[in-house]
Amino acid sequence: MTTSTTLHRRVSYRFSWVGMIGFTIILFWAVIALLAPHIIPYPVGEIIDEDYFGPISSKLLLGSDYLGRDMFSRIIMGARYTVGISLAAVCLACFSGAALGMAAAVIGGWFDTLLSRLLDALNSIPSKLSGLVVAAAVGSSLPVLILMLAVIYTPGAYRFARSLAVNINTMDYITVARTRGEGIPYVVFSEILPNITGPLLADFGIRFVFVVLLLSGLSFLGLGVQPPYADWGALVHENIGGLPFGAPAVIVPSLAIASLTISVNLLIDNLPKKIRDRSR
Amino acid sequence: MENLVEIRDLRVEATTDAGRRIEIIKGVDLDVAPGEIVALIGESGSGKTTIALTIMGYARPGCRITSGSVTVAGKDMVTLSERQRAHVRGLEVSYVPQSAAAAFNPSKRIIDQVVEVTRIHRLMPIAQAREKAISLFRSLSLPDPEEIGNRYPHQVSGGQLQRLAAAMALISDPKLVIFDEPTTALDVTTQIEVLRAFKAVMKKSGIAGVYVSHDLAVVAQIADRIVVLRGGDVQEVGNTADILSDAKHPYTRELLSAFEPKSRGESVVVAAPGHTPLLKVNGLIAGYGPVQADGLPLVKAVQEASLSLERGRNLGIIGESGCGKSTLARSIAGILPASAGQLTLDGRELARSARHRSREQLRELQIVFQHADTSLNPAKTIEEILGRPLKFYHGMKGRVRDARIDALLDMVRLPKALRSRTPAELSGGQKQRVNFARALAAEPKLIVCDEITSALDTVVAAAVIDLLKEMQRELSLSYIFISHDLSVVEAICDEIVVMYNGRKVEEITPAISKVPQHPYSKLLFSSVPKLDPGWLDRLERDPELVKTYVHG
Repeated sequence: MTTSTTLHRRVSYRFSWVGMIGFTIILFWAVIALLAPHIIPYPVGEIIDEDYFGPISSKLLLGSDYLGRDMFSRIIMGARYTVGISLAAVCLACFSGAALGMAAAVIGGWFDTLLSRLLDALNSIPSKLSGLVVAAAVGSSLPVLILMLAVIYTPGAYRFARSLAVNINTMDYITVARTRGEGIPYVVFSEILPNITGPLLADFGIRFVFVVLLLSGLSFLGLGVQPPYADWGALVHENIGGLPFGAPAVIVPSLAIASLTISVNLLIDNLPKKIRDRSR
Repeated sequence: MENLVEIRDLRVEATTDAGRRIEIIKGVDLDVAPGEIVALIGESGSGKTTIALTIMGYARPGCRITSGSVTVAGKDMVTLSERQRAHVRGLEVSYVPQSAAAAFNPSKRIIDQVVEVTRIHRLMPIAQAREKAISLFRSLSLPDPEEIGNRYPHQVSGGQLQRLAAAMALISDPKLVIFDEPTTALDVTTQIEVLRAFKAVMKKSGIAGVYVSHDLAVVAQIADRIVVLRGGDVQEVGNTADILSDAKHPYTRELLSAFEPKSRGESVVVAAPGHTPLLKVNGLIAGYGPVQADGLPLVKAVQEASLSLERGRNLGIIGESGCGKSTLARSIAGILPASAGQLTLDGRELARSARHRSREQLRELQIVFQHADTSLNPAKTIEEILGRPLKFYHGMKGRVRDARIDALLDMVRLPKALRSRTPAELSGGQKQRVNFARALAAEPKLIVCDEITSALDTVVAAAVIDLLKEMQRELSLSYIFISHDLSVVEAICDEIVVMYNGRKVEEITPAISKVPQHPYSKLLFSSVPKLDPGWLDRLERDPELVKTYVHG
């Protein structure tokens, strides 16, 4: 038996530079979204350029859109909607999905079967289609959008969390906790959750990207954020006419969507790794 | 005589995830003469498998050979190119892995995998290779040698598969075979057949062998020379007889002393009349599968087991894998509710399912599992793991709980500094102590120990057993000790129950009579390897008995 001399637990993290780049871009957009009303040079709805699809100039940093509104201000405000709605929706989806998934794995039996079949049924409806139907039926408003996106992405998060929790649930330490007489909330949140946080966070990242793309898609179809406000998807849609002219108004929001989704992917593929060097 | 294998000043380095390098083999010298069997023995992490693999010029991922030479039949495996090494592997040196079940491809017939080596090295036509394989099957005393090759790996038993893996290694007539703990996963009664077959084949064909094991008694039966390893260093080298009778190095002596039979050495306590036993199990039936018309499960793993255990005494349950001993433990603990039978703890009826037992009853009966790795939550610190039962059963908080955690760590001989570590940062023996300390934290009357020493090295296991005895003296505990290892059970138990095929076949009280009466118990007791090198050759087993009870 070896006795160790180390008194303190030494935990350090290794963070690759690729992940760092992703993190920086996400942080950049988050800060922009937070400070948006304070940094926009012009109100979002105001027409300031006589020409439409105006080029980049010192007055209009990113040119003007199809009505001659300032593109720079519209993209900055758009970040609020794209990042905000997506984040709220993905938080809801992942929280409810993970909680239900872990509970189903631990409780098992009819609870598991019923919930799984119900969410499978929900999962079988194509996401864009159900988005279209809901938006057409109850109209598009921010709460409806968030809730709809959350509901669409809950079954996936549920499946993922359940499959992870089912594996952990067979471990002896869960049996020990159960024979100790522990209740289900304790087993779910204290025994299972700490062991699957890593994969759940990765899943959170992927799902965030899905939500951003679906929201942009819906907005492109005119069912997302309503005018005069616009998220990035809507910006691409309303300025699609500028494509023949190579207008920045259509290119820049597309780049914004790409930069956010790609950097989230970079980050989740390169999450900081905990280093456990026991031999020191 | 020229040596077949000469290892000189071998050093192997591993790179940790922090990018730091550690030397895991620290300058080892080793010789193997042609036809000689050399055993590498040591605890886990001693580098025995790493050294054995370097003979094939192989270092596991993350490891690399930094210096030294490994000469096999005149070729230095370290400096050869990968292509040249591939030519040596399988042809001159072959390998028998620990788990044959994991080494065979489940979707191909056995014979095709056995003759694969001859195809890769283009040694002989396929028909000839098949014939040779069948003759090898015969000399490894496999049943039905003509036909067994046409089966799939899941259609033969574990002991047979291990012998088939040996046939795969021997088909190319190698000069050297590396055995990597080939019998560790087998039951004792099966192990004998496999060891005998290996020994006979090796002797007949004059092939040299490197036998990696942690079990000194097994090694004593098969090896000519023993190399004792620890921490990547050779501790002692000697002929088998010399090592066993006259070990020089203190570590070797420690290994040997862990083998000495330790009896419980206590007088028989006669229970006072009218006294209620601590645990009483009456006609317990438990199993798996859908419930049948008679209210019993389809597969009955335990059939009509009855036990009785007095306070302060220990009960051992032994038997081979699949005999139902673990199922019995699980139904006593209420994890797998029994289908029939009564359980009483301290005179009060116990519900069959743990879910329906009171918190007090759950506290009084604790269970400790075999694998400390899976019994301790890897995401929690030792402090949290030990603190939870204290809070849950005794409502301890803050400083009182902290003091109790320290006391518990002290009880199981662990330094307090381990409190803030996670299980991954502990050694196997330390983990098993924490596992045990968690059961102690509940202040139980009875602890069910399910194979708690099986995953530990001999020396560490002996220390854990000593700890259990000490705890018993101090805390007036009782244990139910489940194991396949007779020597462990004998060391700690007042009564031994032998199980076979779900039934209790015999109950022995070692203090009264050590001689088993039931034929299966006799077979089981006689199959435990002894440190005597001539034991295997002298051992005679009734072929009828073997036929009835050994399915290896």
